[in-house]
Amino acid sequence: MTRSPLRPLARILQARAKGENPDGIERENVRLRNEATRDRARTRAQVRLLMLSAGFMAAFSTIGVQMGSLAASVPTEPRRSGAGAEVSATRADILDRNGRVLATNMLTHALYAHPKDMMDPAGTAAKLAAIFPEMKAPDLERRFTDGRSFLWLRRVLSPEQMQAVHDIGDPGLLFGPREMRLYPNGTLAAHILGGAAFGDESVRSAQVIGTAGIELGMDARLRDPAQAATPLTLSIDLTVQATMEEILSAGMVMMNAKGAAGILMDVHTGEIVAMASYPTFDPNDRPNPVLPKDAEPGDSPLFNRAVQGLYELGSTFKIFAAAQGMDLGLVGPETMVDANAPMRWGKHQIKEFEGKNYGPLLSVSDIIIKSSNVGTAHIALMIGGDRQQAFLRALGLMDPSPVELAEAAKVKPLVPPKWPDIVTITASYGHGMSSSPLNLAAAYATIANGGFKVTPTLLHGTTRPAQQRILGEQASRAATHMLRRVVTEGTASFGEVPGYAVAGKTGTADKPRRGGGYYDDKVINTFASVFPANDPAYVLIVTLDEPVETTGPKPRRTAGWTAVPVAAEIIRRTAPLLGLRPQVEVSPLDDITAVKQ
Amino acid sequence: MRPILYITSFLAVMALAFWAYRENYATQQALRDRAALETRIDALHDALAVQRAEWAYLNRPDRLRELVTLNFDRLGLLPLEPAQLGSTAEVAYPAPPALFETIPEITGPEITDTVDVIGDQESLP
Repeated sequence: MTRSPLRPLARILQARAKGENPDGIERENVRLRNEATRDRARTRAQVRLLMLSAGFMAAFSTIGVQMGSLAASVPTEPRRSGAGAEVSATRADILDRNGRVLATNMLTHALYAHPKDMMDPAGTAAKLAAIFPEMKAPDLERRFTDGRSFLWLRRVLSPEQMQAVHDIGDPGLLFGPREMRLYPNGTLAAHILGGAAFGDESVRSAQVIGTAGIELGMDARLRDPAQAATPLTLSIDLTVQATMEEILSAGMVMMNAKGAAGILMDVHTGEIVAMASYPTFDPNDRPNPVLPKDAEPGDSPLFNRAVQGLYELGSTFKIFAAAQGMDLGLVGPETMVDANAPMRWGKHQIKEFEGKNYGPLLSVSDIIIKSSNVGTAHIALMIGGDRQQAFLRALGLMDPSPVELAEAAKVKPLVPPKWPDIVTITASYGHGMSSSPLNLAAAYATIANGGFKVTPTLLHGTTRPAQQRILGEQASRAATHMLRRVVTEGTASFGEVPGYAVAGKTGTADKPRRGGGYYDDKVINTFASVFPANDPAYVLIVTLDEPVETTGPKPRRTAGWTAVPVAAEIIRRTAPLLGLRPQVEVSPLDDITAVKQ
Repeated sequence: MRPILYITSFLAVMALAFWAYRENYATQQALRDRAALETRIDALHDALAVQRAEWAYLNRPDRLRELVTLNFDRLGLLPLEPAQLGSTAEVAYPAPPALFETIPEITGPEITDTVDVIGDQESLP
């Protein structure tokens, strides 16, 4: 802005020439300047007033509209809607195959505190300590008064405890709703179910996540809100499971074993009807044991022997060599095979149990019945390492079990990296490679069901892929017949259950030492059985860890004396529950009877 | 004519207003009822879940086994055994009625003396 001068020289000279007073010009200019300044100030003030009134207008109209709408509308309380179960049950229930509850949710409350709202922190701390034994009054009081505004006190309250906390009546103590995972059957099927814990927690709700077992293995399915109202149905039968656990725990005590595992599986579908492992735990209160340094993993009650336990399963493997040999046409059930013990192979010596010799020649059936290591080794050498390896892999013995448990995928069977002939020999009688009882169950199911591949599963009634044949039907039937003869005339004579034609194979393997080599007096006994032999329906694996049978003059540690009687009792008790009727076994016609008819 | 039209239309408007007023409150009442029902259904669902859990807890195999042991002298329950299963073929037919019951008792004059039999002796079938 250019300032105009108050006394412009031109006008002053003009005025002086006319004889006028030049001060009048200056006063005139001062007046004009003042008027211009006043006009500017007025305009600015007007704009400001306008903006102010517009702001007030907006504020008051907002308040007015809000007041109007509040006055005109009906007051409603915001509430959740929906048909209840879908919303409240955030984690799907788990049922057994007959619809009995294995895991469900229960509404409880968590307790938290807002110490700044507390009337009497010291008194409240003392009263809380009186209700909950794990809380210490001085400790609580310190935490109530150190200036924090929020504090979790307890994850889960029982209704009685909740009432007691209500009775304290302090406004700083608050409850948050919680869905608690409940396993009403206690320790039953503990290793299958695993357990659950709280994940992300807030005051309004908490996420329940699986920590092990099927709860972790199927966590995504169980947490899926779309399927929360549809319970997950397992293939487990609660009654059979309870019976099996009862007998297994009693058998473990009787046989002085430190652990036991049992698996009962449908041979056609691979559905696991019962699976137990001892020692066990309560999934409602999942322990967190601290094991001594030199303890085996199996000493923890959380360890699922049936799935996680990798054992050299011993003579139970012999039937695989025999079945494959028969399937390939290398041998028949009555072919005589060299069984002259001890057998020398390079610098290794293959001996029989207690240094016996069943040779020089033994039929394939008798090799299985008498459990001859040397005979099996010769069959395996006939088959050859590559084909043997391929067959064991097809049976699923070399890969982690595909069952829906979180632990299963992490357990890879211990297989030697190279497969020289000596491994072919030892693997044929179940040494030198370790597998889990569940893998063994699936392999026996394949042997028994006519040679179809079996995928073990814990889910009931899922659609299965088309059957894949890995063993000829003829070989399958002959192998099952051999297994039957092991019970009628071989090492598993205690396994006979009248009416159920049990067929099976015993296995006794020395436990490996941590530093290498084997213990002399610690064994793993396994009995792999199939029943009924004439039309196999179920496979049962019983494994005992370090059993010893002490009724005789000297302790007996073979599977025939320990695992077999336990398995027989399980079959005797569970077969009727499974709906199998006892059948009077018709012995095959021998020549004389056939002629007489 | 016109006044009647006015009066009827005025009455119609009044009637419709009354109807709309009632309808409005009826709707609000229905919504309230629905909300109350949903709350009740929610509560019942929760109660059902608790009762189902309790049923499962009370029927857990451990407890049933203990109860069976405690009440053995009254109930005498034992585990299911294979011998308890059978087939219908094993059930015996009812015994045929005894022969002598079918023969009617012969009543007649009592024979005291020797009787002469006339004719050939007939063999029984």
